[in-house]
Amino acid sequence: MSLTVYGTELNSRLLLGTSLYPSPKIMLDAIAASQCEVVTVSLRRESSTEKSGNAFWSLIRSANVRVLPNTAGCHSVKEAVTTAHMARELFDTPWVKLEVIGEDDTLQPDVFGLVEATRILIEDGFEVFPYTTDDLVVADRLLSAGCEVLMPWGAPIGSGRGLNNRYALTSMRAHFPDVPLIVDAGLGLPSHAADAMELGYDAILLNTAVAKAGDPVAMARAFAMGIEAGHLAHQSQPMPKRDMAAPSTPVFGTPFRD
Amino acid sequence: MNSVRIDIIGAGVAGLCTAKHFIDRGCHVSLYAQSMGIDESCCSWWAGGMLAPWCESESAEPLITRLGQEGLTFWSTHSPELRANGSLVVAQTRDRIELEQFAKRTTHHESVSATDIDRMEPDLAGRFTHGLYFDQESHLDPREALQSLLSSLQDSTLFDLHQGQHLDAHQRQPTPKAQWLIDCRGLAASDELTDLRGVKGEMLILESKDVTLNRPVRLLHPRYPIYIVPRKSHQFMVGATMIESDDKRYASARSVMELLSSAYALHPAFAEAALVEVGTDVRPAFMDNLPRIRRRGRTVYVNGLYRHGFLCAPALASRCVALTLDGIVDNEVVDENTD
Repeated sequence: MSLTVYGTELNSRLLLGTSLYPSPKIMLDAIAASQCEVVTVSLRRESSTEKSGNAFWSLIRSANVRVLPNTAGCHSVKEAVTTAHMARELFDTPWVKLEVIGEDDTLQPDVFGLVEATRILIEDGFEVFPYTTDDLVVADRLLSAGCEVLMPWGAPIGSGRGLNNRYALTSMRAHFPDVPLIVDAGLGLPSHAADAMELGYDAILLNTAVAKAGDPVAMARAFAMGIEAGHLAHQSQPMPKRDMAAPSTPVFGTPFRD
Repeated sequence: MNSVRIDIIGAGVAGLCTAKHFIDRGCHVSLYAQSMGIDESCCSWWAGGMLAPWCESESAEPLITRLGQEGLTFWSTHSPELRANGSLVVAQTRDRIELEQFAKRTTHHESVSATDIDRMEPDLAGRFTHGLYFDQESHLDPREALQSLLSSLQDSTLFDLHQGQHLDAHQRQPTPKAQWLIDCRGLAASDELTDLRGVKGEMLILESKDVTLNRPVRLLHPRYPIYIVPRKSHQFMVGATMIESDDKRYASARSVMELLSSAYALHPAFAEAALVEVGTDVRPAFMDNLPRIRRRGRTVYVNGLYRHGFLCAPALASRCVALTLDGIVDNEVVDENTD
């Protein structure tokens, strides 16, 4: 039942972001309630010096989860690569969630920059988790560059819209049956996460939907349950949709009537 | 009369409010400050000065709203400069969902239409179609409020002030005559309160004769929510960022751009405003962003006021007095009480 990425076995299929919570305490409680094993941490805003932000990082370390540093908000290859290097030093991990933003309004990935930055970082020994679109050609390039996991968007970051293009996500799953696929960004509800898991996705990465809920701790748990439900459902070979009703109890010859 | 003697260290909003509450109970207060007066060395200098317990409840715990209402009452009697014009919350049409969310998570507001907004804030006429009005909220100029509180303390024969003090370790013991030492040093107290952390904030002061606002205006935005608080002499405080960092050396270009661009979105005339100040400081906060009182022997810490210094300091001060003079423990804010 576990998921393996870059040789690491994960029992939880939820990866949780650490931004935007009302307080660090609520963030830690949400992490605990979700039982996630991986959290993403944004480096850009907390990192103007080595010393600053230390309190926040020790806090994250205290959660006893694996850290997936991200390059959130980076708009160029150079910026993303520099941020990734800083993250590796700080968190002592080869993992990086690579984000290269190409369009400011939709925060859409710059897929050209993404592929280029991925090549550079993999060459440097990183294990890259690329935040990408559902484009199959880009996905293929990222795999050729050495990625062992892909993270297509569900919808634009922070939009809470759910799976914008189920068709594209379905065909991505069909195209890459053996690659761990994680839906990253755009989800708002546990049903969105369950939806992605029912399509056969391996895990879900999210932040805003939990952090900006009125009760982030309860929502973290709700997402964990939705993800588990969707995953189990996918493995249980769901029944197909039918046009005609098929009664679960035979009615032919029912002897008693009102 | 042989009155109780209190030493207080720190002359920010927490220290001054605490001094005021002890003096009102007839105690003799000695206030020790590192600065030579009310100045930019204290975090309170950079505050917005919004007394907005209900707006804050959008993201803060209910405790803040309760403490904040006491703060509102305190300042309305102790700050001659307080303006009780309520506060206005607006969003651009495409961000209307933010306004709906804000309305759902707060109380004590009414929905206002374009016509209402035009009447309340004529300079915003035609710019916003929907808003929320919190009629019981107020605002003040933090620098003036600190100054007048200090002046009123200095009028009392029970008060003496020691400025330019190095608040080093031996001074962090009550002097032999004092019954209590109240530590209100803000983030500097993290040497003893190890779970205290800094949350960086950046703010601007703009000056423009082309815009007049009668009350604080919050502009909601999915990425860059800001508030603008009108001050005297055509000045406006624009705030404030919240960054997990204790580095207060610089405001970042990015933060200043975000604040300016939001101010411009509120009113294009801000593009022509003079940028009078760019301020940076670090707020003291505990893990849950809630304020605390801790007693360790004869030392009492009042800290963790986060972004709610003016809002919550009066309520914390009264609980600090109740703890030390009356032995009344409010478990909502006192999380340590040891001999």
